Amino acid sequence: MSDIAIELRGIDKSFGLVHANKNINLTVRKGTIHGIIGENGAGKSTLMSILYGFYQADSGDILVGGNRVTIKDPNAAISSGIGMVHQHFMLVENFTVLENVMLGAEDSQILNTSISKARVELKRLEKEYALEVNPDALIEELPVGLQQRVEILKALYRKADILILDEPTGVLTPPEADHLFRILGQLKDQGKTIIFITHKLREIMAITDEVSVMRRGEMVATRKTKDTSVEELAELMVGRRVLLRVDKGEANPGAVKLAVENLTVRDSRGVTMVDNVSFTLRAGEIVGIAGVAGNGQSELLEAISGIRRAVSGTVLLNGKPIDVTGHADPGDLRNRGLAHVPEDRHHVGLVLKFDEAENGILGYHNDKRYLNGVFLDTKAIQADAEEKIRKYDIRPPNPRLKTANFSGGNQQKIVLAREMERGPDVLIIGQPTRGVDVGAIEFIHKRIIEMRDQGKAVLLVSVELDEIRALSDRIIVMFAGRVVGEREPDATEGELGLLMAGVEGRKEAAE
Amino acid sequence: MEFFDTIVAILESTIRVSVPLIFAALAGLFTERAGVFDIGLEGKMLGAAFAAGAVAAVTGSVLMGLLAAILISVLLSLVHGYASITQRGSQIVSGVAINFIVAGSTVILGEAWFRQGGRTPALDADARFQTVTFPFADAVKDVPIFGPIYSNLLSGHFILTYVAFLLVPFSWWVLYRTRFGLRLRAVGENPGAVDTAGISVIWLRYRAVICCGILCGFAGAYLSLAMSAGFVKGMTAGKGYIALAALIFAKWRPVNIMMACLLFGFLDALAIRLQGNPLPFIGQVPVQLMQALPYILTVILLAGFIGKAVPPKAGGVPYVKER
Amino acid sequence: MSNPYAKLPAWAEYGLIPLVNLVVAFLVAGLVVLLVGENPLNAAYHMINGAFGRGEYIGFTLYYATTFIFTGLSVAVAFHAGLFNIGSEGQAYIGGIGVALACLWLDKTMPWFVVFPLAIVGSAAFGALWAFLPGWLQAKRGSHVVITTIMFNFIASSLMVYLLTRVLKPLGSMAPQTRTFEAGGQLPKLDWLLSVFGLEVGNAPFNVSFLLALLAAFGVWVLIWRTKLGYEMRTMGFSPSAARYAGMKEARITVIVMMISGGLAGLMALNPIMGEQFRMQLDFVQGAGFVGIAVALMGRSHPAGIIPAAILFGMLYQGGAEIAFEMPSISRDMIVIIQGLVILFAGALENMFRPAIGRGFATFGRRFPVAAERGA
Repeated sequence: MSDIAIELRGIDKSFGLVHANKNINLTVRKGTIHGIIGENGAGKSTLMSILYGFYQADSGDILVGGNRVTIKDPNAAISSGIGMVHQHFMLVENFTVLENVMLGAEDSQILNTSISKARVELKRLEKEYALEVNPDALIEELPVGLQQRVEILKALYRKADILILDEPTGVLTPPEADHLFRILGQLKDQGKTIIFITHKLREIMAITDEVSVMRRGEMVATRKTKDTSVEELAELMVGRRVLLRVDKGEANPGAVKLAVENLTVRDSRGVTMVDNVSFTLRAGEIVGIAGVAGNGQSELLEAISGIRRAVSGTVLLNGKPIDVTGHADPGDLRNRGLAHVPEDRHHVGLVLKFDEAENGILGYHNDKRYLNGVFLDTKAIQADAEEKIRKYDIRPPNPRLKTANFSGGNQQKIVLAREMERGPDVLIIGQPTRGVDVGAIEFIHKRIIEMRDQGKAVLLVSVELDEIRALSDRIIVMFAGRVVGEREPDATEGELGLLMAGVEGRKEAAE
Repeated sequence: MEFFDTIVAILESTIRVSVPLIFAALAGLFTERAGVFDIGLEGKMLGAAFAAGAVAAVTGSVLMGLLAAILISVLLSLVHGYASITQRGSQIVSGVAINFIVAGSTVILGEAWFRQGGRTPALDADARFQTVTFPFADAVKDVPIFGPIYSNLLSGHFILTYVAFLLVPFSWWVLYRTRFGLRLRAVGENPGAVDTAGISVIWLRYRAVICCGILCGFAGAYLSLAMSAGFVKGMTAGKGYIALAALIFAKWRPVNIMMACLLFGFLDALAIRLQGNPLPFIGQVPVQLMQALPYILTVILLAGFIGKAVPPKAGGVPYVKER
Repeated sequence: MSNPYAKLPAWAEYGLIPLVNLVVAFLVAGLVVLLVGENPLNAAYHMINGAFGRGEYIGFTLYYATTFIFTGLSVAVAFHAGLFNIGSEGQAYIGGIGVALACLWLDKTMPWFVVFPLAIVGSAAFGALWAFLPGWLQAKRGSHVVITTIMFNFIASSLMVYLLTRVLKPLGSMAPQTRTFEAGGQLPKLDWLLSVFGLEVGNAPFNVSFLLALLAAFGVWVLIWRTKLGYEMRTMGFSPSAARYAGMKEARITVIVMMISGGLAGLMALNPIMGEQFRMQLDFVQGAGFVGIAVALMGRSHPAGIIPAAILFGMLYQGGAEIAFEMPSISRDMIVIIQGLVILFAGALENMFRPAIGRGFATFGRRFPVAAERGA
């Protein structure tokens, strides 16, 4: 009887020319929480998808409990006792909790009998692991924390002994995350093995027993958590010392450029996403909006930039109102000096099938300098693109290349170049460094600060608290659509974390 | 009383013309709830009607005709499945293609095999479906109100007619009360959830597409073996598209589908009834207007009330494993 | 991800793959010919001979091609904006009203070169009108353009039967058609164009609307790749959310694109009405709107692809008539099958042979950059 739950030997996986996993070896001991840490794109998710049978490795062996197994699909993983909680929940939104838990593990053709069995089993699991959730609630009506609980229940219902959690805290408030950690602790005490994937060092230090570090598709080290430090792990992750601070001088806030008053926005289902929000943004300052993803930041940005209709409230740009509840038009707002780097560059900020030059005019295609009457001035567009490529060091420097063929960082630079080079009065930026390589992050941060120093007003939304703290001159915290506090950038992470959790969040955590 | 008889007569023909719509719309229900859109209902129905007419004419057996209809329709469904599930092609384009392939092939093959100008030979009574007469239907015929309703409206239809109406609750039961139905609805909403639960998305969708083929087979067999005595070229005449509209109009729900099909059938029956007869107050209505009315109404209905109809979330989108 | 397939050189992407798809479609059509007991090679011979064997045949082939260039462009323009216009058939049919009205009004008093421009405007206007409603309904009421255009085809068909049997038919005539136009309503043939190549146009109705079709093709190219509207259309077609972000008016573009698409379909009516029959007959479109779908898919929605695709279908129509004459068991419905097969293989199954072709290239030792970064 071995005390090893999972052993991976020489796992190798390529997608085309991208070598996602290079000769990976990993040993996970039974009854432990094993962290896997690495930057975005380091190959963590690919590795776990191989373990869960979502992809097949090109070569290498998987051993579960000391026996070599072939995991050709998730079914094989499930029968080997492996369960997975995905980063994007794999739930059917208009099904109940019970139906979701059962799906794929029903024990008869007719649902009635399956349902009653599942109900009993679910009750037992709830008791055993303190994972309470109403079995008849619809998923779409549950908060994300509870949805995640359903995912865990799904795995346990399938009798998983080994649980993989892929970036489980990305969508959680700090108290919700703490609650998750307590649940994981309990599961460990019951003898379950947990593989915990994250790119957040704090979480690794808080709950894991052992930690493995991945970098650019390779497994670079495995340490006992108690024998390592945040600094060592950070260095292993990035391969060099991380820049913990961005160099920037004092801000010189000037006139109010953007004033948001009592703004309320609902989503397509009629749920209030932004609730009576007010704040101001001055020339020459960066205001960061902190918050867990999904607390109204996205809708706030969309309403200000004219993409989404607000229900009520006013927004003043340079002292003049934007018709946010009626006919606010993104094109018109651009002319008035508002530039917007959207959160989702793949679907919003760029058209991936366009070439670089074509994306360089997206949103500015009405500008006379790109047009001859109703015709496009292709020469001017080309020249403009070449200039931006030089200035922003976009690689490869080919304005005719399809945007899909640029790396994440270079794609983001295409968007930034387009929005910044206009010299807007107000720049709104959502998730400036999501899915961007380290080198580009530094460049992007520098550019944002330069914009501020040129006297532009910058509104920054990011789910990366470190980024908010490093760049902002003031920090506004949003929770459940409301502004719950404003802090100076030297506020501690703990203080901000509590705010991000909101009052309700704290209550829930105390239960 | 004459008015009442007219109503009964119109309702009776409403039922008659609704049946292929119900089969076809339920067929669409199964595939679209699984996330595979299908505008090829028309083609499958036509192919099935041809197969039924041809095989029944050759074998003299109505059952063989029905089986052939189902076989051909399922084969066409599998082509659609292969294009849209396995090859991840456009589901609309694939549906359009199938409609044309069938429209051409039924004429070419029919002419080559039977040489009757695109028809299959007229079928004998044995090779067709017969109407079913309920007990005492003749006896109670003259009882006021109840009589005509029982003997004309309820009794005297083809067996397939009763099958169609029984399929409505049966489809509901399959979709909402069986494991297959649960998984089928799940795969139309979030195929990722189905995949990670260890169920094959592809095989599940193929099964849904096969269900669609079977039901379209019934629809086609009804046309050439019950409603008519043989296949006539282009005999579906847009019924597949009307069924599609009914499916959308019914917001992808079985009981609503029956109601929508009955409504469209009623419009059709009314149009036939009103041909050449002046309407009170309005006067003579051009026959072309009456023929176009179902389509016009569908457009109006689509524009006015369909706004909130939410199609299955993963509908029309081929499943690609997310990375 | 954004591009799951290996990148191929342009000539393979735009030449080899469509060609392979086309060949497979024809091979399957050959099977159908076998099934009805004829020799597919003979059929192919009759078809090619019937389409290109004589100047007159070529004239017919190009006459049909003219029609398909218009409908192919119609479908393609909508494709670029992410709209699937299945209604080109009905729009072409209604477009005929514009042609007929211009001719009936002026054919006795004016020469063709005065009537023609008016007929162009008329056909485009009526076609655009018929596409306006489905476009508007999608833009404002959210009813899907695919479904509404299908319905509008049926409505157009009823409307035209009504008009031709009651309104536009000359008194005392039984046939559902307008009167025959005088000289002003008849387009000159392009005999001189064929005679440049030493060919006789004979009875073929190959006429000046072919030049209009080429002009329209060039116009569509300019529209899509060289104008602001085209840029907006393509943005919308690739990514509606990016179009919204860029401040493009989705509703307005949808309506305009549908009207352009309908206008192009309407132009198709010029060719048979003023170029061949010199009157408007019942069902003169004869499925050309649907052929447009196949042509657009085969030509990858690019005018440079649409023109050869339209000529290919012209060949099928003209050569198909020859096959029907030589082989009585193969009627012109064979073309409908081929059309369906082309839509299937060039459209829904367009990627079926791509992996194999990609591997073929890879084994020949060439290297292709793999598309897109992979986030893990």
